[in-house]
Amino acid sequence: MNKENLIQYIYSIADNSLILGQRMSELCGHGPSLETDIACTNMALDLLGQTRSYYQYVATLLGEGKTEDDVAYLRTEREYKNVLLVEQPNTHFGYVIARQFFYDTFHLLLLEKLQFSTDETLAAIAKKGIKEVSYHKRFSSDWIKRLGDGTAESHQKIQEAITDLWAYTGELFDMLPEDQEAVEAGIGVDVTTLKEKYQEQIKNVLDEATLSVPELQWFQRGGKQGIHSEHMGFLLADLQYMQRTYPNMKW
Amino acid sequence: MIDHTLITILEKVSDPEIPVLSIMDMGVVRSAQWKENKVEVSITPTYSGCPAMDVLAEDIKAAFNEKGIISEVKLVLAPAWTTDWITARGRKALEDYGIAAPLDAEADKEALLGNKKIIKCPQCGSTETKMISQFGSTACKALFQCETCQEPFDYFKCLK
Repeated sequence: MNKENLIQYIYSIADNSLILGQRMSELCGHGPSLETDIACTNMALDLLGQTRSYYQYVATLLGEGKTEDDVAYLRTEREYKNVLLVEQPNTHFGYVIARQFFYDTFHLLLLEKLQFSTDETLAAIAKKGIKEVSYHKRFSSDWIKRLGDGTAESHQKIQEAITDLWAYTGELFDMLPEDQEAVEAGIGVDVTTLKEKYQEQIKNVLDEATLSVPELQWFQRGGKQGIHSEHMGFLLADLQYMQRTYPNMKW
Repeated sequence: MIDHTLITILEKVSDPEIPVLSIMDMGVVRSAQWKENKVEVSITPTYSGCPAMDVLAEDIKAAFNEKGIISEVKLVLAPAWTTDWITARGRKALEDYGIAAPLDAEADKEALLGNKKIIKCPQCGSTETKMISQFGSTACKALFQCETCQEPFDYFKCLK
């Protein structure tokens, strides 16, 4: 597959890790308890580490002296290919956990397939990521159960988050032309094949948590095409501020 | 392959977050070879986001530099690091430092899911311990507390 499309394909995976990692890092010093604070920022660090591996690879494909920092800090909102789910704000702890749970479940299924990619770099990043994301999934699933099967208030709040964010899960299984091309080249993952397993795993955890699976069949989409929700601009302003204000500044 | 003449220099470099553990005992050095007049070292991260890796690369270069050797450090991702690569000496160093060494994968799962009390307190040796958090002070550790001596301690999670 051509280089430009391969880069776009990598963005569609890597940008999810960057943006979700950025959201989780917002909890640094603001988590509801010391343990959850440390856990969320640990996950942010894992996601950021995975992002760096992907972006370093993109930088080598781009050539011309480009680095991972150019890729992370100097793209415009429309050039980010993350799904809408991961950019949704932290609102309250229920939203943090629901968003994480919806993404972790998908993320692990994706990496389990991506580890067999014919692209050696992507396969290596996926293999490494599986070990980390398994922990994330265990953490978020556990919290879904604790909150769902906890007090009346925690049940109501986590159900609210699950119901709200459910509308963003459909997009995870959309295929763009470059995704299709990546699949045909043996590089990418056909995400449509993950859907059934995903819904089954989500249902199992929600059932155990005494929560109901939303019935909504209409889904928000657009992030994969670079059309983001109103939250994305603020998130990027936070993320990119330093490089935009002081171009080429170094730490 | 690690050139045996380079081992003594590499053993002097330790993980900045666990200073008692040399990078050789940690199992993160994947190869170290002479290439013409310089040394090429490949290291692999324990976790993707491990912030110690950049420091490690600098420390390795500095250790060689001290001996008048120019070195280059490369990061490799495959095969992915596993806790099995921590040497017996490394495990002992962890325990002496107050960090419980990783169990095998099956036992690790039982312990982290809270099904069995098998993690030994590095302070008093009791297995009456409970997990406080799956994520500890760094990505590679979980936080435990001993119910016998009440001391909190880190457990190095098994990574396969």
